[in-house]
Amino acid sequence: MEKVVLKLYVSGKSPRYKRAIEEAHRIREKLSGYDVRLEVIDIREHPEVAGDDNILATPTLIKKLPPPIRRIIGDLFDSDKVLMVLDLAPLGSKATEI
Amino acid sequence: MSEKDRIEPQLPKCPTGIKGLDEITNGGLPKGRPTLLSGNAGSGKTLIAMEFIVKGALEYDEPGVFMSFEESDRELAQNVTSLGWDLEKLVKEKKIQLSHVKVDRSEIVEMGDFELEGLFARLEHAIDSIGARRVVLDTIEVLFGAFTNRAILRSELQRLFRWLKEKGVTAIVTVEAGENTLTRHGIEEYVSDCVIFLDNRIVNQSAIRRLCVVKYRGTSHGTNEYPFLIAEDGVSLLPVTSLGLDYKVPTEQISTGIDRLDTMMGGEGYFRASSTLVSGQSGTGKTSVAAFFVDAACRRGERSLVFCFEESTEQLLRNMRSIGLDLTPWIKNGSLKIQTLRPWSCGLEQHLVNMIKIIEDFKPRCVAIDPISSFLSLGTDLQIKSMLCSLIDYLKMNQITGLFTDLSSRDEVDLATTSSVSSLIDTWIMLINIENQGERNRGLYIVKSRGMAHSNQLREFLLTNHGVDLIDVYVGPEGVLAGATRLTQEARQKEAEMVHRQEYEQKQRLLEIKRKAVERQIKSMREEIEAEEEELKKRIEIEMLRESALTNDQVAMGKMRGIDKPVSGNKETPARESE
Repeated sequence: MEKVVLKLYVSGKSPRYKRAIEEAHRIREKLSGYDVRLEVIDIREHPEVAGDDNILATPTLIKKLPPPIRRIIGDLFDSDKVLMVLDLAPLGSKATEI
Repeated sequence: MSEKDRIEPQLPKCPTGIKGLDEITNGGLPKGRPTLLSGNAGSGKTLIAMEFIVKGALEYDEPGVFMSFEESDRELAQNVTSLGWDLEKLVKEKKIQLSHVKVDRSEIVEMGDFELEGLFARLEHAIDSIGARRVVLDTIEVLFGAFTNRAILRSELQRLFRWLKEKGVTAIVTVEAGENTLTRHGIEEYVSDCVIFLDNRIVNQSAIRRLCVVKYRGTSHGTNEYPFLIAEDGVSLLPVTSLGLDYKVPTEQISTGIDRLDTMMGGEGYFRASSTLVSGQSGTGKTSVAAFFVDAACRRGERSLVFCFEESTEQLLRNMRSIGLDLTPWIKNGSLKIQTLRPWSCGLEQHLVNMIKIIEDFKPRCVAIDPISSFLSLGTDLQIKSMLCSLIDYLKMNQITGLFTDLSSRDEVDLATTSSVSSLIDTWIMLINIENQGERNRGLYIVKSRGMAHSNQLREFLLTNHGVDLIDVYVGPEGVLAGATRLTQEARQKEAEMVHRQEYEQKQRLLEIKRKAVERQIKSMREEIEAEEEELKKRIEIEMLRESALTNDQVAMGKMRGIDKPVSGNKETPARESE
């Protein structure tokens, strides 16, 4: 199974970030055919790691694997769109015929 | 609290440690507030911001965070090693924190609303880790390139500046200047305590850097554009020159290094902290006057500085040695510094800032500039005058005595550079050429010297191999004579004197002869008389003898005849009456 590593950076527990975390989980569910690892990092609690992945904006979702690395910032309100940007097609879905 | 304090509450200031900037801002940047530093590319924003942090750590014991959005830590460190700042060391000592934030537009996709909490978190972490009091964000312009949602960006930046204020750090935020606006993205609306603008442009083929304090709430500040340069130890701004002419005026006089010239100048020489102009055509000896001036200063144990625009140091030293002046010992012991500069190497303003910086570093008491006419091609008359005015002002403010040589093309008194400065200077010495009988000699006279009685006589200015001589000239019917014609005249004079004396002596001799003759005459006449006297005496004697003989005869005869009566009353004849 293809390995997928996702990192979600949030800052605190405000509703915006709660939503972002929920969305991230939803995205993970849609990736059932993959070996997904989702990491949620709160930079309020661990400010020093923000530098590691060059985090400026929050929430930021980074796809580390598979390459290429993709980065999305914002509330991530549309999980399908997110998947498209991350270049991850949910396995088991039919490719739409034109 | 005094009246003044109540009326003008002063914002507390944070000194930057940047030469000249603290003077212009009356103490530094607003403490605990963000300052906007705007400028176009290459204007020096990063450097000024970095110096603020470095000086804060080194001189004011305030640790600082430098958050860079463009250059990496290593690039930053490399760029400033040439200025003598060891960033790595400062980082190790936890006096500085470098934070590089990579922002790559291409990677970021925006979906929905976001905050810049990452920025805040990293900044706070950096500040807290060393207890920073100073912060730089260089340059937040980059954020505008990275995020398309302007509204969010603006509100987040507003939040950032508020947050910085709450944190109590003094911050410099650098931005790009807009085409016609102060900033490209209108950030100046949010940072309103202090805005500084940097300009970097080419004027008259020279690059000029200028700094202007556009806004500084609550403080009176210099509002001009101040030229600055990036020197080898940081940024150097031209310090403000006094608007009023209120500097101390010393009465001490210092030697010019040429004895007779001291005498011509009220007996003592130049006034301390005065400005002297020595003007003259090529080859009249201006540089020598300047050299003697600094030599005299060094002899007094005072530091001197010479700015040389035409000759190399070696040339100058050699030329002075040929007139018996050896400046090398002063260079060796550090009293004298000769700074050679090429006039066309930069613009007028840069020259000014540069010279002032060198003066501030070396701290001389006497400064010579040879020649100021080098600046002629670098600007208009007004610009040159303004620059020289600033320089003279600066010297007076710092009680430094100045001497400027000026190459003129004619022997007359009003000329381009000269007329620009003649009203500013205290003493004006003119060196001229005296041409006569196919010869050129040098002359010196004092056109003016404020505050002292000075000689108005022209003197011949002789450069010999044992120094300088000022000797009287002859003013004859042909005009002023100097050089060989003077010598001729002197010789002529001597000859005339000799002739005169000879005549006199001759007359004396004649008189003597005459007297002797007369004396001889007298003598002979006397002898004559004496002789006659002698003769007369003899005659008398003879006569007397004859008479006495006659008497004797008569007596004898009388005796024989029996005359008893003495003929001459002789006592021995017995008295016949008693018989």
